[in-house]
Amino acid sequence: MTYLDMLLFAVLPYAAFLVFFVMTIHRYRAETFTYSSLSSQFLENREHFWGVVPLHYGIITVIAGHLIAFLFPGEILLWNSKPLRLAILEVTALISGLLALLGLLGSLGRRLKGPKLRRVTSINDSVLYALLVFQVASGIYIALFHRWGSSWFAATAAPYLWSLLQFRPDISFLGGLPTIVKLHIVNAYLLIGFFPFTRLVHILVVPNPYLWRKPQVVRWSYGARSRT
Amino acid sequence: MEVRSQISMVFHLDKCIGCHTCSIACKNIWTDRKGTEYMWWTNVETKPGTGFPTCWEDQEKFQGGWKAENGKLELRSTSKRKAVTNMFHHPNMPTMDDYYEPWTYKYEDLFNAPEGTDQPTARPISMVSGEYINIEAGPNWDDDLGGSPVYAENDPNLAGLTPEQRAQLSAVERLVFFYFPRICNHCLNPACVAACPSGALHKRGEDGIVLVDQKRCRGWRACIAACPYKKVYYNWFTGKSEKCILCFPRIESGQAPACFHSCVGRIRYLGVLLYDADRLEEIAKKPTDELVEAHRSLILDPSDPQVISAARSCGIHDSVIEVAQESPIYKFVVDWKIALPPHIEYRTLPMLFYVPPLSPVMANQEGDTINHVSSDLFHDIDDSRVPMRFLANLFGAGHERHVRYALRKQKAVRWYRRALTVGDVSMETAERMLHEAGCSVEEAEAIYQLTSLCTFDDRFVIPPAHREEAIAMLEDPLEHKQAVGFGFISNPRRGA
Repeated sequence: MTYLDMLLFAVLPYAAFLVFFVMTIHRYRAETFTYSSLSSQFLENREHFWGVVPLHYGIITVIAGHLIAFLFPGEILLWNSKPLRLAILEVTALISGLLALLGLLGSLGRRLKGPKLRRVTSINDSVLYALLVFQVASGIYIALFHRWGSSWFAATAAPYLWSLLQFRPDISFLGGLPTIVKLHIVNAYLLIGFFPFTRLVHILVVPNPYLWRKPQVVRWSYGARSRT
Repeated sequence: MEVRSQISMVFHLDKCIGCHTCSIACKNIWTDRKGTEYMWWTNVETKPGTGFPTCWEDQEKFQGGWKAENGKLELRSTSKRKAVTNMFHHPNMPTMDDYYEPWTYKYEDLFNAPEGTDQPTARPISMVSGEYINIEAGPNWDDDLGGSPVYAENDPNLAGLTPEQRAQLSAVERLVFFYFPRICNHCLNPACVAACPSGALHKRGEDGIVLVDQKRCRGWRACIAACPYKKVYYNWFTGKSEKCILCFPRIESGQAPACFHSCVGRIRYLGVLLYDADRLEEIAKKPTDELVEAHRSLILDPSDPQVISAARSCGIHDSVIEVAQESPIYKFVVDWKIALPPHIEYRTLPMLFYVPPLSPVMANQEGDTINHVSSDLFHDIDDSRVPMRFLANLFGAGHERHVRYALRKQKAVRWYRRALTVGDVSMETAERMLHEAGCSVEEAEAIYQLTSLCTFDDRFVIPPAHREEAIAMLEDPLEHKQAVGFGFISNPRRGA
């Protein structure tokens, strides 16, 4: 265990989450206007479909998988105890990862191609693309060349993450992991720390109440006076 | 009865000269910013024509508005169910190609070009990418192109016209078109509001103006797909939707909206209508052939004592009720029934009404003389060069009776005035026409007054906003005394 390991796995995560919480809340309060999906479908419609749709479905499945393994590591290990079930889980995760990568590269190519789209691509977008591509590609690499990651995650990453959450960071869990897995983890922290400065904030404002609300919205500017 | 007040509008199409002054007034005030260059909150279209964005009326393509099926009212492509399945990509979303790519010219080249044998030119450059572009479309691209096989012929309202009627619309030297100015209809059952996942779009309770809360909008763009009139626009730079705000800062201070104020033909009228909000859904679900009457029946008589007391109990200020009694819109829409809603079949219950235009007539020709008078005094209404069917597709959900009624009444008023002032028509004939058109002499005079001799104050009867009172009741006026000097007003900044 080196000081670098300490820095990357015991200090960086706290720094990343601190930045994440402070800056998303600050941005929401101080610059509410900047919270937007910043869609570019208006400028280009066809390739939009082939980039954005696989990207979103892929990445949502993968993130949900990570979250489930973090919350229920025991159940994941139990599920994986039968080889067929392990294979099903791994193949689903791999397909989702590939979808995400394909979508990511598709949207990236789409943005590089048109002069109109380059106009609405910021430096932060470019950094974000680099981080995301690395994150998804390293995940796929792990799935292909260091198989059975779902069991690994449940057995090593989950207890490590729980130790972080309990403010008793124990990085000994990560001791024997291959470098690419460590890079995958570090990059995840970078993404979390960078999150508030990117268009990713649209994830935080997904409007679920819409599904339960009445169709018409009326606002009374002058308050209660007008209501009976 | 839930009484609400709604600022409503009438556009008198017979008076529109297609000068686009309204568009320019609006552009200069509201949409000269980056990302809004392509927007025209108010625009003037040539009919027959494809409009802006191109073919916006083609709901097979854009899937906007509501549909009523099996007694249920549902948004056509932006219902809650479809909001989930189309979450990341809405297939019917218009793109910039459906509008046009805004451009400017490289004017500095006119001054900086080195001396040579050619005249320097200012080439067009895109206001999006900043690169040289070939202009392929622009605002009013089909302006005055009635009869054009590229534009006019693709007008969705030509559906159901016979080949003869189509030919008649574009016959050389007899070609005919009229203007169709459009702003947001500030609908009673707005599809854009119902579709907005963020709850950013809303109707103001006090006056019914439909607005986008810029801080709540997240750029999901459901409103763009949902509005069948395509009057919500996406700001490609800020990532927010924007639309006509009916110049509410002007209305609140008693001024007419800029497009109304600047209208050269004085075609625009604005006033308050009271309506029953409890019946909205019931009305919006009615069968197509009942929609025009049903929509009209929503509007309450502001002089009816029962309505007045109900309005008071719903918190509507007496001064607003008084203004509603003076409303020019109520006269056009309810009293005279000569103003009709555009495309009521989209079921958004628009609150901008149009007086359909009396187009040039197809006179019956006998030898060398063209005879305008026949035993059937209204013969030329049905023989107008703009076929009744076309106007009915626009203003009657495909049913001709409403349009015919409005045109007959207008014609009768004209002949009555002609009998009075020119005298080449007998008053007996004129009165017979008024009678057949269902119009009394007093009503004819009133229509004449409000269409021809109307002053500024006749056309715009604006309710007082009573902001002072409302704010006083809302909070202590001295609350911020000695605490806050001035607030921060920051420019809207695009997110990273």
